[in-house]
Amino acid sequence: MPGSPKAKLETVAYHLNGSAINARPGETILESAARHGVEIPHLCHKPGLRPDGNCRACLVEIEGERVLAIACCRRPTPGMAVRSDSERARRSQRLVLELLRSDVSGTPQDSANELGQWCQRLAIAKPRFPEGPQPPADLSHPAIAVRLDACIQCTRCLRACREIQVNDVIGYAHRGAASRIVFDLDALLRTSSCVGCGECVQACPTSALAPAGASRFAAPEKAVDSLCPYCGVGCQLRLQVKDNRILRVEGRAGPANQGRLCIKGRFGFDYVQHRERLTRPLVRRDGVAKTPNPDFTADLRRVFREATWEEAMQRAAAGFRDISERHGPHSLAGFGSAKGSNEEAYLFQKLIRTGFHSNNVDHCTRLCHASSVAALMQMIGSGAVSNPVADVRKAEVILVIGSNTTENHPVAASFMKNAAHAGKTLIVMDPRRTALARHADYFLQFRPDTDVAMLNGMMQTLIEEDLTNDEFIASRTTGFAALKAHLAAFPAERVAPICGISARTLRQVARVYAGSRGSMIFWGMGISQHVHGTDNARCLINLALLTGQIGRPGSGLHPLRGQNNVQGASDAGLIPMVFPDYQRVDEPEARRRFESLWGAPLDARPGLTVVEIMHAIGDADATDRIRGMYIMGENPAMSDPNLPHARHALSRLDHLVVQDIFPTETVFYADVVLPASAFPEKTGSFTNTDRRVQLGRQALAPPGEARADLEILVDMARHLGLDWQYAHPRAVFEEMRRAMPSMAGITWERLEREGSVTYPCRREGDPGEEVLFGEVFPTADGKGHFAAAPFSRAAELPDAEFPWILITGRRLEHWHTGAMTRRSRVLDAIQPAPTVDLHPTDLDRLAAGTGDPLRIRSRRGEVVAYARADPGMQPGQVHLPFCYREAAANLLTIDALDPDGKIPEFKFCAVRIEPA
Amino acid sequence: MANEVCFRNLDLDRPWLLDQYQRRGGYEMITRILKDQVAPSQIIDEVKKSGLRGRGGAGFPTGLKWSFINRDLPGAKYIVCNSDEGEPGTFKDRDILRYNPHALIEGMVIAGYAVGANAGFNYIRGEFWEPYERFEAALEEARKAGFLGKDILGSGFDFALYSHLGAGAYICGEETALLESIEGKKGQPRYKPPFPAQFGLYGRPTIINNTESLASVPEILRNGGEWFRDLGVENSGGSKLFSISGNVSRPGNYEIPMGTPFAELLEMAGGVRGGRELKAVIPGGSSAPVIPGDQMLGLNMDYDSIAQAGSMLGSGAVIVMDDTNCMVKVLERMSYFYYEESCGQCTPCREGTGWMYRVVHRIEQGEGRQEDLELLDDVAAKIQGRTICALGDAAAMPVAGMLKHFRDEFQYHIDHKKCMVG
Ligand SMILES: Cc1cc2nc3c(=O)[nH]c(=O)nc-3n(C[C@H](O)[C@H](O)[C@H](O)COP(=O)(O)O)c2cc1C
Ligand code: SF4
Ligand code: SF4
Ligand code: FES
Repeated sequence: MPGSPKAKLETVAYHLNGSAINARPGETILESAARHGVEIPHLCHKPGLRPDGNCRACLVEIEGERVLAIACCRRPTPGMAVRSDSERARRSQRLVLELLRSDVSGTPQDSANELGQWCQRLAIAKPRFPEGPQPPADLSHPAIAVRLDACIQCTRCLRACREIQVNDVIGYAHRGAASRIVFDLDALLRTSSCVGCGECVQACPTSALAPAGASRFAAPEKAVDSLCPYCGVGCQLRLQVKDNRILRVEGRAGPANQGRLCIKGRFGFDYVQHRERLTRPLVRRDGVAKTPNPDFTADLRRVFREATWEEAMQRAAAGFRDISERHGPHSLAGFGSAKGSNEEAYLFQKLIRTGFHSNNVDHCTRLCHASSVAALMQMIGSGAVSNPVADVRKAEVILVIGSNTTENHPVAASFMKNAAHAGKTLIVMDPRRTALARHADYFLQFRPDTDVAMLNGMMQTLIEEDLTNDEFIASRTTGFAALKAHLAAFPAERVAPICGISARTLRQVARVYAGSRGSMIFWGMGISQHVHGTDNARCLINLALLTGQIGRPGSGLHPLRGQNNVQGASDAGLIPMVFPDYQRVDEPEARRRFESLWGAPLDARPGLTVVEIMHAIGDADATDRIRGMYIMGENPAMSDPNLPHARHALSRLDHLVVQDIFPTETVFYADVVLPASAFPEKTGSFTNTDRRVQLGRQALAPPGEARADLEILVDMARHLGLDWQYAHPRAVFEEMRRAMPSMAGITWERLEREGSVTYPCRREGDPGEEVLFGEVFPTADGKGHFAAAPFSRAAELPDAEFPWILITGRRLEHWHTGAMTRRSRVLDAIQPAPTVDLHPTDLDRLAAGTGDPLRIRSRRGEVVAYARADPGMQPGQVHLPFCYREAAANLLTIDALDPDGKIPEFKFCAVRIEPA
Repeated sequence: MANEVCFRNLDLDRPWLLDQYQRRGGYEMITRILKDQVAPSQIIDEVKKSGLRGRGGAGFPTGLKWSFINRDLPGAKYIVCNSDEGEPGTFKDRDILRYNPHALIEGMVIAGYAVGANAGFNYIRGEFWEPYERFEAALEEARKAGFLGKDILGSGFDFALYSHLGAGAYICGEETALLESIEGKKGQPRYKPPFPAQFGLYGRPTIINNTESLASVPEILRNGGEWFRDLGVENSGGSKLFSISGNVSRPGNYEIPMGTPFAELLEMAGGVRGGRELKAVIPGGSSAPVIPGDQMLGLNMDYDSIAQAGSMLGSGAVIVMDDTNCMVKVLERMSYFYYEESCGQCTPCREGTGWMYRVVHRIEQGEGRQEDLELLDDVAAKIQGRTICALGDAAAMPVAGMLKHFRDEFQYHIDHKKCMVG
């Protein structure tokens, strides 16, 4: 932009301290001065925050104006003469600094303190005035220390909290000298509604708000630009490191996060230092038998003994070879991880396919969005999102369904909240009233399991009211007639009593969605994790195709991907029926390509999926009974449905190799345990929910003898007789480019330089496509295919014996099975014990109060968790997060599968509840 | 020549009632305007001609302010009346609410018509419970009589009017803090620009005027702008309410023509109480710099005359002090007020008002230091013009004024650790 003739026309030429300078369009005096190396003191101004003009440190003199102006808010006009260094301006700036300095004279004014820095630069001596009384410190919160004696009332924290993250916790209470930053109605931070995102900490210039603990004063040795290891939003961050420890984490201005982070990304890194880290290879002690229900709290040394890497690798490989020789390649399987890098995922599936000679390779995508991907592939030929989250800025209507976005994709949710506050229409549809609903224009709390009926009802409304996009339907789709015939059975008035939403609302929401210039649909596991998950997703795609709400900026489909690299791991072929880039294993042409690339014969038979593998272990009659497994960075002993069955299966494996950083529950079923590297201990590329390929960079050395996962994989391949040479992730990435046309244009160097490149990017130099399907769909005929979804019910409905509905889910502070977050001191301190959410009237019905233990039983198992009243629940339904080993929600869930996506029904089963 | 405008019905029995107001021609103006569909620009021109300047303190020409609104802009626009009346010494708007509420209502409807606003709010000081109730009753009467609401008098013009009770913060009298307060937020002034005429209540174009400014409008239109202008003097049109208080025999509100000599006003108020010597006068509310008594006796009550003496007419609150008053104590009390009432948003005001109070306090307590006077000069000078709203100025100006005219009293306190006055 700068330098282009147009920009030149709009720049403003003015004089600053006697020199002629240019301000870019819209720039303030402060910003343009900073760009020209002229420093004007400022405290309440921070790039990215709305200027508030309250500190008055940036006063400047403008020729011909009676009063001074503030440079952070004032925009120059052509020819204006501004002085930030005149006697009058300087004296005013100095007075402000002196006033503030005297207000906080009891606190250190060190280099970490912007006030201190400005005072130093302007040589402010000891202030002439005494300090007033100061509020006491609030150290109640595990993550954030509040020491308002250092506060200068700049309200950067308030703007960060209310306007960036829209959490509305921080307020500026009282008046005049008594003015003070408060949380909610002056609560302690720990008891306030604070969600710990730390945006305020990042915004605070004085460390009045700082990370809890000593890190406030330690100076880092180095800063490493990397990524957050948790969810699919893909936040970029900077790790401040000293003595091989992470002192502090700051958000970077990545395209997906714009400097924002959530509590996990900012405060959840201490898990890497947890004392339970696996630091040496382990092998199972002779005579320690595997049982379906081991004591997960047992001393690891009683089950395993330490081994050298060589011994461990030999044992691991020998076990696989042995099974393969005796029972054939189909008796082996591997679970890769959506937590690992693209390169790791790619090598893992390549290892299973060329080393095990089997396609039995899968990962947790099966448990989260397999059904969404199945529907997307079938209907529009591509399983990834059509538009990035950032498109909420361009959309007019944002529909979020089956997603607890504020807890599971907190940073994405912040952009949705921003959009809602900017006047966009936000529609939230969910059986639970989640935090996002507060910001919604329409909130539809429908009955669980009735998505298809509800969505069909909306579509039928569009047909009845002639609100469909007929031109789009005619030119871009097939199968409309069949869908139309199918929908005739779903008038809004008929589905209303089924889903519990009035026909009027259904019709209204359908009109709003269809009528806007751009509507985005976001969905999460509430859609996908059902036996009819694929049908749920089909409805959403139908809706977009019916209205033509796809293929433009601000208009499209976005299944919010769960893990930080579930998109990349899927792309890299960590899926039993496809090679990298979704090229089907049963398609001869694709197979030949990969055989020639990899120089190995490949199996034409699609492999088994996660839950199918678990079944195939237990099934003694099966010809292809699974007997040996390699599990890298997944925890099926917690994450699989119907855990009693899954754990039983794991205990029956002849040979299990687990590669992980912690003794997860799955480790207790292992024969060989390989200590691996945590996220900040390795370098690799990761693909976020928006299809952005980004670089995670190594910041720490792995502890003890733990090794980078990529090295372990290469070593394993060699032990299986493959001749693998990959010196660096870069080498793997180069090979991936050849295997995956959609990423062929992305070079490692560009990733290093730009930090983020969106695929498809087919040729070097392509910018990367953020918005897809503008002209055609990547299907055989280029069209979108409508797919009618029949209304069906969950596998297990409540009955007299098990009258409650169980919905599983997550907590903001914990990640999935808790392997990492329950070992984060900060995160676990905030959510230390298993809790189950019920409607308050249900608690009354059970004669139980908040905090009382409740026993929850299903046909498969039982757990005890503490009651939490949540008026956002519907009566008769309970929500239980699955991160707690001591109350593992998946002991209860049912392993019924969606026929197309093979995803289990985590979101619905019948349970019984009683006080424990 | 007194009681021509806002107090013109004061002689009637229960003048606040609708029929009493109408007996003297009340609501005739709005009726005529709506019936004849008088051009809005004509109304604004008449108000401009009248020389009416804002009675809230700043004295900004009311007609000019009205002309800043783009009448043709689609969407909501608002008229807001400032009845917060927080300036110490000021108590005139309270009497308008009590005795002439319908003039205010009519004035607001006319203003709404003139700028194309269909809704108005009257923000009433939190402590004014009784005037609030009376104004509410008047609103009810006006609604029933069809002067408010939809399709007023069949003209097709809608104007809804509501009152909003404050909660006791001086800062909420500042126009943008007032808007925030109506919106349900903490009353903190906004950074300007944008000004309310572009970005006002709920972000919509808004006219904010003082109670007295708006209540003057019906009389101005009835008698013509020139009539009003000619009541007063050059640059200060009309008559005005002055709230005179302090050491006078008959404190109260007096409506007199602009330009009336202060000596006459003092006489109307019964002179200095007990016949004591006039020491000093604060001529326009506590924010206005003090003027020594003998100088004041030579001044007239209009904008220019008072400004030339280095002070300001402000809201027209005249605080009279006799020779028993200690100026250090007076300033201490006023400094405490601003220290207490600063909204706490911007540094010079939040911190500076505290500094000024603490320093004046220690002088008053006999703990002053020689350098304190320069310190006060310095801080007062550097607060002015450097804050988000004018409260910073309001806090600094009295300090500067006191030190200018009564420095010796402060010096005496420092030197002798006691009061000069006794
Ligand atoms: C701190 C502060 C307090 C104020 N309080 C009042 C008040 O109580 N009543 C009032 O009419 N104007 C008050 N004002 C002035 C208003 O901001 C505004 O100028 C006025 O309402 C405009 O109306 P007018 O033009 O009719 O005078 C105050 C200003 C400041 C800076
Ligand atoms: S806590 Fe920090 S960011 Fe917040 S107002 Fe105080 S100094 Fe500013
Ligand atoms: S000058 Fe004082 S009252 Fe006005 S905005 Fe600043 S702190 Fe608030
Ligand atoms: S930086 Fe400009 S007022 Fe604070």
